[in-house]
Amino acid sequence: MLINQFLILGAVLFCIGVYGVIVRKNAVLVLMSIELILNSVNINLLAFDRLWGGQVDGNVFALYIIAVAAAEVGVGLAMVLLIFRNRKTIALDDLSEMKG
Amino acid sequence: MLAEETGAAVHAAGWFLENAWLIPLIPAVAFFLIIGFGKRLPRGGSEIGIASMLASLVIAAGTAYQWIQRVDAPVAEVGHEVAPVIKSWNWFDIGNLHVSIGSHIDGLAVTLLLLVAFISTLVQIYSTEYVRGDRRYTHFFASITLFSAGMLTMVLAPNMVQFILGWEIMGLCSFLLIGHWWEEEANSEAALKAFWTVRVGDMGLLVGTAVLLGIFGTLEISEINEKAANFAGDNKGLLMFAAVALFIACIGKSGQFPLHTWLPDAMAGPTPVSSLLHSSTMVVAGVFLVARLYPVFHVGLDINIAGQHFNLIAVIGGITILIAAGLAFVQDDIKKVLAYSTVSQLGYMMLGLGVGAWTGAVFHIFTHAFFKCALFLCAGSIAHTGSHHSFDMKTDMGGLRKKMPVTFGVWMVSTAALCGVPFFSGFFSKDEIIDSAKYNDYKLFYFVAIIGAAMTAAYMTRATYLTFFGKARGGAAHFVHGDNHGHDDDHHAAAHHSAPLSFAKSDSSWQITIPLIILGLLAVVSGYLNAPALGIHWFEHMTESSIGSGTAMSVPPPPEFTWAAAAPGLLLVALGFIVSLALTKAVFGEKKNALQGLTQRNALLGAGHKFLVNKYYLDALYEKVIVRSIAHPISRAVYWTNQNILDGIVNAVGKGGKRSGEFVYKYLDQGLVDGAVNGSGAAASGAGTALQPVQSGKVNLYGALLFGAAAVGALVLVLVNS
Repeated sequence: MLINQFLILGAVLFCIGVYGVIVRKNAVLVLMSIELILNSVNINLLAFDRLWGGQVDGNVFALYIIAVAAAEVGVGLAMVLLIFRNRKTIALDDLSEMKG
Repeated sequence: MLAEETGAAVHAAGWFLENAWLIPLIPAVAFFLIIGFGKRLPRGGSEIGIASMLASLVIAAGTAYQWIQRVDAPVAEVGHEVAPVIKSWNWFDIGNLHVSIGSHIDGLAVTLLLLVAFISTLVQIYSTEYVRGDRRYTHFFASITLFSAGMLTMVLAPNMVQFILGWEIMGLCSFLLIGHWWEEEANSEAALKAFWTVRVGDMGLLVGTAVLLGIFGTLEISEINEKAANFAGDNKGLLMFAAVALFIACIGKSGQFPLHTWLPDAMAGPTPVSSLLHSSTMVVAGVFLVARLYPVFHVGLDINIAGQHFNLIAVIGGITILIAAGLAFVQDDIKKVLAYSTVSQLGYMMLGLGVGAWTGAVFHIFTHAFFKCALFLCAGSIAHTGSHHSFDMKTDMGGLRKKMPVTFGVWMVSTAALCGVPFFSGFFSKDEIIDSAKYNDYKLFYFVAIIGAAMTAAYMTRATYLTFFGKARGGAAHFVHGDNHGHDDDHHAAAHHSAPLSFAKSDSSWQITIPLIILGLLAVVSGYLNAPALGIHWFEHMTESSIGSGTAMSVPPPPEFTWAAAAPGLLLVALGFIVSLALTKAVFGEKKNALQGLTQRNALLGAGHKFLVNKYYLDALYEKVIVRSIAHPISRAVYWTNQNILDGIVNAVGKGGKRSGEFVYKYLDQGLVDGAVNGSGAAASGAGTALQPVQSGKVNLYGALLFGAAAVGALVLVLVNS
């Protein structure tokens, strides 16, 4: 089994995710891009776990990340919802009150 | 091996014998309950204390009953050996040394368990009246309950570690109880003295236990006894060393010469405490240790070897009998007379163990507990009701016999028992010790013992006369003549003294008199459990399996009782009574005569009196000579070192510090540090201005920066690793 395919898949997903985070203006899409980044990491973890004798460590890590990601999306979407209620928009360009 | 034996024994034994470990556990738990909740209860925690002691008493009585059945059972009598019931759990392991906790029930343990639980119950009932209204009422009951728990833990200890545990709990509680009224400095000093004097002896206990572990490789008391009784080895010197070390612990705890000085001072505590401390707990712990590990002492000190006329235990016991009895003559405080009498009686117990009269000694523990407890409680009753809380026989007592009939009756019965008047309990136990000393070839100690008995009779006659006969003086005069004026006290709330009870009725209230009557009865009848004069050897039969026997030791059986053998001792006791009565009447009586004030006029007698009043100058020896000769040079040397060496170093360091501080301020601080601080401030300000545009407020830009930085970090990592 070649590990390269998995690593390349992970790298591609990671780059798509980073691209989405940087370029997209829609907050929901940014959150989805973050999910992509996390899942690319999961793919890497499972691939290396398989490569090094199939211990459960990598699987456990992946599970852990999925759980944390679920919590993160929950909090993130709640924030997006509140922003939408207050401003009737979720475009990130308009949220620049923190300008220094 | 032990586990199997234990298992077999437990199956054969009854419920109480197996579960005797509950006896100390109940008061121990009660202690925590009293501390935790006592103050909120209507009776301030005393009900928990009394209930727990009653529960212990019931279980102890059950244990005693089943032990009697066990001894009398025909199967157990085979081989004339009744196996103890041992039950133990693993407590902790150190390497391959297993320390267990549990219970070791045999005749000796049962005797003491019953005794301690019984006396503790009575003393607690008595205390509810005696310390009523005390500001630390709850703490009093907590301490006294834990005190009993400590003694009970020690009594049924199956190994030396649990033994030491109980021993030390008692040491702590005695400190708490003696110093119960610590606001008066004398009381807290007495508590400290008791604690530290006993600690001196406790070192011996630790050393002795360690040596026993070294010789026998075990801490289990039953194994130590068996191995010591069959001792055959070339390191007998070590066994002797262990016996001496352990005996030093007994000297401290049981108030033997020369560490007896703490016991009379321990009278600073409330009277119920003195009573408990001096009858069944604390002071008999040392005697109990010798009785418990009797094979170690018997073999280690060659007791009863043919041709031996002296040994350490008998010598110490003999000296203690005489010096304590001598001191009892010059005390004005009724409790101190009793305290020295206890010391003297403990001397008898030690003497008994030293001459091979194991049964006599243990039986003397048993009978002594009842009559000594009764005597102390009588003294407390007098002070509580009759003499304005004074214990001074010369200034505040006298003529009390008609006003306090119950107290007087119990006092007379107990005194008769203490002096060894025939057919009272003390006679049977003390006579066996005296007889054994004679027949086991310790002739000198036979004379010591009968002279001691005569002295006992004499000083008790003096105390009785001063307290109950003659003219009422001081506080007692108010009481006898029904004068309620001036009765205020130090330790109790005023409330219950305004009640007419204390003076209108003649004797103390029922909480005090009932325990007195019970103890007075027992002071008579307890002797009939083992009365050689009447051919009764029941107690001996019940406990003889605890003595221990083996190839290396053989304890001679108690000698046959004959009235002819007892006659010299009895004659001396009678002589003691008569001479003392005559002298006391002459000296303290109402008629003027030449004997009064003799110690002031005759130089020789005066010197003797002064010598006794100052307790043979032993306290002075300890404090002024020993402590001073050791502590003062040390403290002087330390002071000199402090002034000349340490101060010099400190001063030099201080001066050096000051100079370097000045240097640092001038050059480093002003020049370098200030410059650096100012420079970094300016740099931060400039960098902030330069980086301001990055804080655009745009989330995407932040994300891009984050990943850019991560990418740079990854690049660096790759470059470094390749």
